[in-house]
Amino acid sequence: MHRKAKEGADAERRRLTTTRRGAAPGTTSPAGSESQVLRARAPLRWLVAELVDRRAESRTAQTLVFDVPGWPEHLAGQHVDVRLTAEDGYSTQRSYSVASAPDGDRVELTIQRVEDGEVSPYLMDVLERGEQVELRGPIGGWFVWRPERAEPVLLVGGGSGVVPLMSMVRTRGALGGSAPFRLLYSVREPDDQLYVPELLRGEPGLDTEYLYTRAAPPEHPRPVGRLRAEDLVRGGWPADQRPICYVCGPTGFVENAATLLTGLGHDPGRIRTERFGPSGG
Amino acid sequence: MAIISRGFHGRRPDPGRKLPPGQYEVHDFPVLSAGPTPHVTHDEWEFTLTTETGARHTWDWAQLMAMPAETPTVDLHCVTKWSKFGTHWEGVSLDSLMEDVETAADFALVHSYGGYSTNLPLEDLLDGKAWIAHRYDGEELAPEHGGPARLLVPHLYLWKSAKWVRGIELLLDDEPGFWEGLGYHSYGDPWREQRYQGD
Repeated sequence: MHRKAKEGADAERRRLTTTRRGAAPGTTSPAGSESQVLRARAPLRWLVAELVDRRAESRTAQTLVFDVPGWPEHLAGQHVDVRLTAEDGYSTQRSYSVASAPDGDRVELTIQRVEDGEVSPYLMDVLERGEQVELRGPIGGWFVWRPERAEPVLLVGGGSGVVPLMSMVRTRGALGGSAPFRLLYSVREPDDQLYVPELLRGEPGLDTEYLYTRAAPPEHPRPVGRLRAEDLVRGGWPADQRPICYVCGPTGFVENAATLLTGLGHDPGRIRTERFGPSGG
Repeated sequence: MAIISRGFHGRRPDPGRKLPPGQYEVHDFPVLSAGPTPHVTHDEWEFTLTTETGARHTWDWAQLMAMPAETPTVDLHCVTKWSKFGTHWEGVSLDSLMEDVETAADFALVHSYGGYSTNLPLEDLLDGKAWIAHRYDGEELAPEHGGPARLLVPHLYLWKSAKWVRGIELLLDDEPGFWEGLGYHSYGDPWREQRYQGD
């Protein structure tokens, strides 16, 4: 047994007087100032979210538009928890990325259907306009982009992993961020693409490139297949421009993309990842 | 007072299985991390306990392998809502690693290869509650799940079970780790649903 030489110090009391220092030591990240901001926040309360609209995004995805009175404005890339409660009191929760730019009490979530899922079929098929769910957030202070940042941004999205990246694109557009954006968006086939008209329309300073892993449109120049280093060279930024890279998608996609980026010389501390899997949905 | 979701029936866990509030059961093993997966070889790997006086206790891979191993079967609860029951691990108990360590510390700050960190009270690492795990389900721990070795402290949300663990700092005062500095709960008890600060 180790010798715990406690000298009258009351462990319980000491725990209540924890010291809060700046950035956590050992994190190779510019997270210090960001965490200070979040730390000052009040506890996250459950809020009432009323469904006001819904849009089909693909065969298997919908955007749900909620009105959430009292919503504290989110940062691009953050997510929310949604809670459903059955009549007998059973409740369950899921996390969803916010798809929209900050816009008052309005919060848009893009939901990917999980076949046999407990929550996504309810949200997509049963919940009606004017009905309510509970929601709390915004959550997550790492996979975020702030419009005051000017360095180049590379967004690498796989499937529905594009959702938080879309919030970054929209936030840049809405708040006039000056950072140049490049979006590499990998989908199995054209029918899986989300936000098609909006990304097709594009905007100045945003370059979007599609990668298809299973079936591409006939005129598409790139052969189908998973993300490769040459895709990141062609559609991304050279490492010496020190872009910040956001990678979101299923685990295999994120592992592959992050490994390729570090292999191309990108600083691991500037590669932020988020996994977006259908697990349990 | 919760809002009742009309027409929502939900699923219940299998009888005999108890889920912490807000969680659901998965059968796969989801992977979450904030950055690229570090790839650390057994030759490079080292684990260091540092006390509040600066005393260091270091183990290399061969020394860790020479320690008595335990084979805990535990339930995992991730703050992103999934829970996985009955996972099989092999690892070295923190009680064994702490055996010759003299400290008055009440807190621990765990550090990982790749820069991740997480904090918890030292007592939550002791008395058979935590391991440096190096095998999962009978095989070497895969890098995406934290290999070569990760902390396993299953009674707290899984972000406390730091992947790619390389050391633990023993401290007199609590210091927030990576997620704890970004709005997540300092302690993280799934049964009390301590997901975020203020929960």
